[in-house]
Amino acid sequence: MTDAQVVKRAKYKSTVKDAGVRGILKMTRERFVFMPNDPSSSVKLNVEFRLIKGHKSSKEGSNRPALLNLTQDQGNYIFEFESFSDRELCRDFVAKAIAFSAEIGGPTSEKAAPLKDEQLSSAEMERRIKLLQEDSELQKLHKQFVIGGVLSETEFWATRKKLLDVNVTRKVKQRVGLKSDMIFNVKPSSDGQSNRVTFNLTPEMIHQIFAEKPAVRQAYLNFVPNKMTEKDFWTKYWRAQYLHSTKNIVAAAAEAAEDEELAVFLRQDAILASEIRQKIRKVDPTLDMEADEGDDYTHISGHGLATEDIKDELEAQYEPYKRSFLQDINRHAAVVLEGRTIDVETGDTRTVAEALASSKRLELAKEASDVNTHQERLDRITQMTEIEDLQAPREPPVAPLCIKDPRDYFDSQQVKTLNQLSGTRQMKSRLSTSEAYDSLRAYISEIRSVGLSDPIVRPEVAFKVFNSLTQNISSSKYQLGKNPHESILDTLPSVTKEELLLHWTSIQELLKHFWSSYPITTSYLYTKVSRLRDAMSQIYPKLQEIKESVQSDSRHQVSLLVQPMLQALDAAFAHYELDQQKRSAKSGEKPNGYV
Amino acid sequence: MTPVSSKQYADDVSLLMVLIDTNPLFWSSSAAPLSFSKFLSQVLSFLNSILLLNQLNQVMVIATGLNSCDYIYDSSKGPTSQRVESLLQKLEEFVVKDEELNKDDSVDGIGSSLLSGSLSMALCSIQRIFRSGSLHPQPRILCMHGSQDGPGQYVAIMNSIFSAQRSMVPIDSCVIGSQHSAFLQQASYITGGVYLKPQHLDGLFQYLTTVFATDLHSRSFLQLPKPVGVDFRASCFCHKNTIDMGYICSVCLSIFCKHHKKCSTCGSAFGQPQTVSTSNQKRKAP
Repeated sequence: MTDAQVVKRAKYKSTVKDAGVRGILKMTRERFVFMPNDPSSSVKLNVEFRLIKGHKSSKEGSNRPALLNLTQDQGNYIFEFESFSDRELCRDFVAKAIAFSAEIGGPTSEKAAPLKDEQLSSAEMERRIKLLQEDSELQKLHKQFVIGGVLSETEFWATRKKLLDVNVTRKVKQRVGLKSDMIFNVKPSSDGQSNRVTFNLTPEMIHQIFAEKPAVRQAYLNFVPNKMTEKDFWTKYWRAQYLHSTKNIVAAAAEAAEDEELAVFLRQDAILASEIRQKIRKVDPTLDMEADEGDDYTHISGHGLATEDIKDELEAQYEPYKRSFLQDINRHAAVVLEGRTIDVETGDTRTVAEALASSKRLELAKEASDVNTHQERLDRITQMTEIEDLQAPREPPVAPLCIKDPRDYFDSQQVKTLNQLSGTRQMKSRLSTSEAYDSLRAYISEIRSVGLSDPIVRPEVAFKVFNSLTQNISSSKYQLGKNPHESILDTLPSVTKEELLLHWTSIQELLKHFWSSYPITTSYLYTKVSRLRDAMSQIYPKLQEIKESVQSDSRHQVSLLVQPMLQALDAAFAHYELDQQKRSAKSGEKPNGYV
Repeated sequence: MTPVSSKQYADDVSLLMVLIDTNPLFWSSSAAPLSFSKFLSQVLSFLNSILLLNQLNQVMVIATGLNSCDYIYDSSKGPTSQRVESLLQKLEEFVVKDEELNKDDSVDGIGSSLLSGSLSMALCSIQRIFRSGSLHPQPRILCMHGSQDGPGQYVAIMNSIFSAQRSMVPIDSCVIGSQHSAFLQQASYITGGVYLKPQHLDGLFQYLTTVFATDLHSRSFLQLPKPVGVDFRASCFCHKNTIDMGYICSVCLSIFCKHHKKCSTCGSAFGQPQTVSTSNQKRKAP
């Protein structure tokens, strides 16, 4: 639909109950305008779509008003249309307009941003502001990098998701489990006059029924869209339930014989049965309840006296239709304990059924995947029943460690070493090897002829060495060793100290972003890295300045502190240069992610 | 003679293994801060003073060449007079032998001498002295090293370092070259030795006597120079490059600079790293 605008007659309402003001609603790409029919009325609207966050509309129904609700950050605008078709048209238009305004709203702020600046909810924004207020260090960093344009807002917070999340977790709602009361206790309400009974079915109940009775779920998926309507389906279901509740097995069997769809509900659940069989297989294979029963006669009716088998032939015929109350309770308990396995709004019956079915299928597939379950079972039986004394000692299952022939390794190393010797070196030797050996021999013969030099060390040199050695040691001893709780930082002037700490945190921040951008796969990351590099290279001279500004006695300490920062920066620069070279070497070729 | 079982334990008797770098390319290059003869004269004086400190002190010197290493001096053998003479004699013979072993004449850089070999020899002879003699001196190793680290020797050197650590032999390092040596930094750090890179090499003797002459027992009373930082970077096993970040075999802890399907040391098969694929997916989104 490319209509530039839509004009419809509508009523503007401040609330749903409000009688409303009649007028004309005009919508364009950017805004919507409402003009009341009565020109004297004060209700005039002129709102831009980019302020609108979403829209809701009322359900369609013959006797209901056609409402459209445009929601804003605070408050909303409700319009009532004359017909539903008008409403639909406007709703579609609004949806497009909102999407459109969101699109143009984003990139204006920053073109290079990875995600269009996320639409932050006010709560999110508040949280960030609060964090910044609480932590002055964070605020400083934020001011330096985000407002200084080195990092974007999103990037800055992306590394601090945890900080934001801490507050979020508090708000996460606990998921509501399934109700523990059983549906099948739902008593039909009968009006007493006619023979009709009515069951009330809520989505919650449907979810529960599907979870408890896979056969019903399967039947729903099979039948509902094609064979019967949803209403018919549930009527049949409750009819089956009703038959059960009467406990008239014969009648149930008779009904099932007539109606095969009804039979699905009346028969025992085949899917459930297979699941149970699977579970039984997992039970300790040596467990034999029947055998145990013989050991203890008290719980047998008749106290162990042989009772007559009352099962007659008729019963056997109806066996599939029998369902004990205990079975139902057990099944229900299992489902409730399992909890809500799917995370679907319980609105649409079909999606619920499908989601449940697929989650079950996954589980089953997992179990079925091990083909050798039978073998495993046999193994378990032998394991359980074996007599330890007769078994060979069992070694714990370990993967064999294979060390290859070490000669391979050392040989390759030797070759490597030799290669290295002949390899290129940046430091050029002035002489060839033989000349070098010659000169070395000359040195040796020189000392043989001349003897040890006398004096070995000139006194002034020795003094210099002694001074440099002891000064270094004593300065670190007297300034480090005096008080273990006192750090070097405290001995420095507070300005220097603060400056150092600030640089340290900002270098950390920059480096974190820098290294996290590798490997560079997009041009966005590329620009980000070069931006970060520039920022880092600005810090470099500042560190030098600090080093030079302090007094000579503590300069050594400061340089000790600054050294790791410089090293970290150097490593980053080196990596950047290397990557740059690689990039230029194979321009056009796509980096494969490995650095 | 004292029987072998009752060894003499003394806390001030030292067994000093001195490893001397005799890389001819280093000593003839511009990187060498002083001539080899001056260096030798200062070191020999230092060895003499060690022997003077305690009558029972023992010094062994191992020459670390480009292609081989060998013992060139042992104070427990030979006459007590003319020590220097015999040492220099041996050294000259060693240099000749080392040259014979040298195959190619065209080496561009200054190369790296076989530090791993001489470290192993030093550790071996320490063990031999422990097991044979009647004395049980306090051993230590002093590396006088000038040429740069050979990343190819990384594993061998690290193995020597760990065995030194196990037998509680500190490795002291005195770096003569212009660059810090990451291997020796690690060696001294791990074994609890002293790492020193002298600034004024004219006064090398002063450095040696001040820092490295004291025996291990006295060392605990002294405040010796501490290094500013230690370069802990490792070499990868596949290309022998020094790397900042790499992959490690979860079974045998071998280090690789890139992802392999199989560990070349122990043969374990690796899975595809998970993080790489997920981070790639993440990166593709914007």
